[in-house]
Amino acid sequence: MNKIRLAMLLFVASEAVFFILLIVAYVVYHATSPSAADPSRYLDIPRTAGFTACLIISSFTMRRAGIHFRTGRRRPALAWLLATMALGTAFLTGQGSEYVSLIKQNVTISRDLFGTTFFTLTGFHGLHVFIGLIMLGTLFGLQLKRGVTGRSEAVESVSIYWHFVDAVWLIIFPVVYLWVLR
Amino acid sequence: MNSEINTSKKPESILEVREYKSLLSWLSSVDHKQLGIMYIATSLMFFLAGVSMAMIMRTQLIKPNHHWLSPETYNQIFTMHGTTMVFLAVMPMLTGFMVYFTPLMIGARDVSFPRMNALSYWLYLMGGLLIYFSFFTGDTLHMGWSAYAPLTSVNYSMNKYMIGTGVDYWIVGLLLTGAGTIMTAINIVVTVADLRAPDMKLTQIPLFVWMSSINALLMLLALPALNAALVMLFLDRQLNALFFNPAAGGTPLLWEHAFWFFGHPEVYILILPGFGIVSEVIPVFSRKPIFGYAFMAVATVAIAFLSFGVWSHHMFATGMNFTIYYVFALSSMLIAVPTGIKIFNWIATMWGGSISFDTAMLFSVAFIIQFTIGGLSGVAFATVPIDWTLTHSYFVVAHFHYTLLGGTIFTVMAGFYYWYPKITGRMLSEKLGKIQFWLMVFGFNGTFFILHFAGLAGMPRRVFTYPDLPHLATINLISSLFAYVLGLGILVFFANLVVSLFKGKPAEDNPWGGWTLEWATSSPPPPHNFDRIPPVRSIRPLWDLEQSKKQPGVAAPPSHRGDSA
Repeated sequence: MNKIRLAMLLFVASEAVFFILLIVAYVVYHATSPSAADPSRYLDIPRTAGFTACLIISSFTMRRAGIHFRTGRRRPALAWLLATMALGTAFLTGQGSEYVSLIKQNVTISRDLFGTTFFTLTGFHGLHVFIGLIMLGTLFGLQLKRGVTGRSEAVESVSIYWHFVDAVWLIIFPVVYLWVLR
Repeated sequence: MNSEINTSKKPESILEVREYKSLLSWLSSVDHKQLGIMYIATSLMFFLAGVSMAMIMRTQLIKPNHHWLSPETYNQIFTMHGTTMVFLAVMPMLTGFMVYFTPLMIGARDVSFPRMNALSYWLYLMGGLLIYFSFFTGDTLHMGWSAYAPLTSVNYSMNKYMIGTGVDYWIVGLLLTGAGTIMTAINIVVTVADLRAPDMKLTQIPLFVWMSSINALLMLLALPALNAALVMLFLDRQLNALFFNPAAGGTPLLWEHAFWFFGHPEVYILILPGFGIVSEVIPVFSRKPIFGYAFMAVATVAIAFLSFGVWSHHMFATGMNFTIYYVFALSSMLIAVPTGIKIFNWIATMWGGSISFDTAMLFSVAFIIQFTIGGLSGVAFATVPIDWTLTHSYFVVAHFHYTLLGGTIFTVMAGFYYWYPKITGRMLSEKLGKIQFWLMVFGFNGTFFILHFAGLAGMPRRVFTYPDLPHLATINLISSLFAYVLGLGILVFFANLVVSLFKGKPAEDNPWGGWTLEWATSSPPPPHNFDRIPPVRSIRPLWDLEQSKKQPGVAAPPSHRGDSA
């Protein structure tokens, strides 16, 4: 296996452990502290489901971009990359507006255990999406300047990272948003 | 051969290597050999600080009702001693050996990501300095290296005048060194996967490289657990999050689980490269190939795997379901099996060999005995009732110093005596080495064996003084006096390092008759490592080369060019 992809896979494995710990913290407190306020009153689940769809679709667009990069088709590759970035940005915007509405309802990181674990878990995921966007932007800039020349390990490894960020959300969404429905 | 390259005289010592002469060449280095030396040198400085703190502690404990240090000062010193030794001394020292020797032993030019390697080192140094900066904040750490909540909460770090920020520096420092460690881990695994000599199979890499790679995987999967716990703690302190705040329903147990989920693999991170060093030293000084190479490798994998399933044995005293007790007690005992396999393999390697007791070998043999004692008290601790009785007593202190000091530090010493000639081009003085060895053996065992009994007599750890109860005064006096002997041994070691660098006997390329690839290049190795990489047909490529030279009819297998051209 190529060394850059292997390095990214190892990094992703390490990050997975980090998220497992945060998810466990959320689950433990959600299951054991009955005094916490019922989060379903604050969370707008259909809206978040919409933004979740954005993130899932962005994994597919990333894959399309990778295929076009491999076959050396410049314009479609850049277009799919741009689409991925747009979908990622949409997700982050959704998360931002969700945070604003929660804080307006006085749900903060220091209010109760739900706030603490919710903001930590989703916040670190958001940070990872943000870092992914920076990677995608760098990729876009480089490819715009240099042009597309066959298989690029940078594209392959960034897409590993992006799929990972997506997969983490696929766990967070049911655990945080669907579990409150009971 | 290569006469056009070797027209200039080969540097005899690392001080004479042209490329390493300027300070800038070190500060801007991406050479794994320079970075390895920087790792080792920095960790030795932190090690010296850690040893000094240990001496202060033993002086404080030399007699009952001693009020030389205040309780606060004592707490700060044992906290910094633990943090320093685990994160800033032993781990980076082993990392230094890993970074220096992994590429050399697999016949590579450098690690896969040299610049990331440099970043790892600088993150480690800066993180370490940040942790020490907490001394200047007016309120340094006093919660023990395991940092149990709620001792780390804001309420506990207030003194008369202000809220202390020592814990925050500790958190940020550990996050930085942790990030560096994860990068090194990625680097080592990828290097071993990607840059082995052209014909070197995975079943032919030296055991030190095997154990370093497994160790790297452990770092990769254990450190993020600590990082997660640290960011939760940081949020608690900075943004008033409630993770570890019992008043709001949070629980300190979450910290303990997360910390020990990292902490138990961590103790194997601190020993596996040491196992690797010993697995290199013992065959060479017994003039026999290692016994059970495949079993050694598989046992390492088994240890790594099991080490993620034993963490709760650090928390037996917190009270658990009995099923959980059984599971963790059994898994903890199970881990003695692969470790025992290793011990027997080392003994079997020595069996019938023509052993030469140079200092490196002496340290390896002492390691086997001392580590076995530490392992046995570890198995005892896996038994839940024994753990209930002895946890948080001096028995624990004796147990883990037998594994980390009598274990890891002794392997590291073996590594120094074995590899110092390769790194610097000078031999360490064997005379000083033997003096150091006996001082350390007597000092170490005298200090710590008797502490088992202090624990059995009921002396709790982490207390600044103790009442004049039967036996305690005698035990502690003996322990403290031997601690000074141990300290003297460590001073002799430092003196040897410095004196031998300038006055040591010049080292040949292969002074010990080693068989692995690092001995195939010059001492010290040139910046590009190898002019020619010998062919690899087994785990002992240099032995094969020697044999083929003895049979004139048989042509030697072709060697490969290094990356120098």
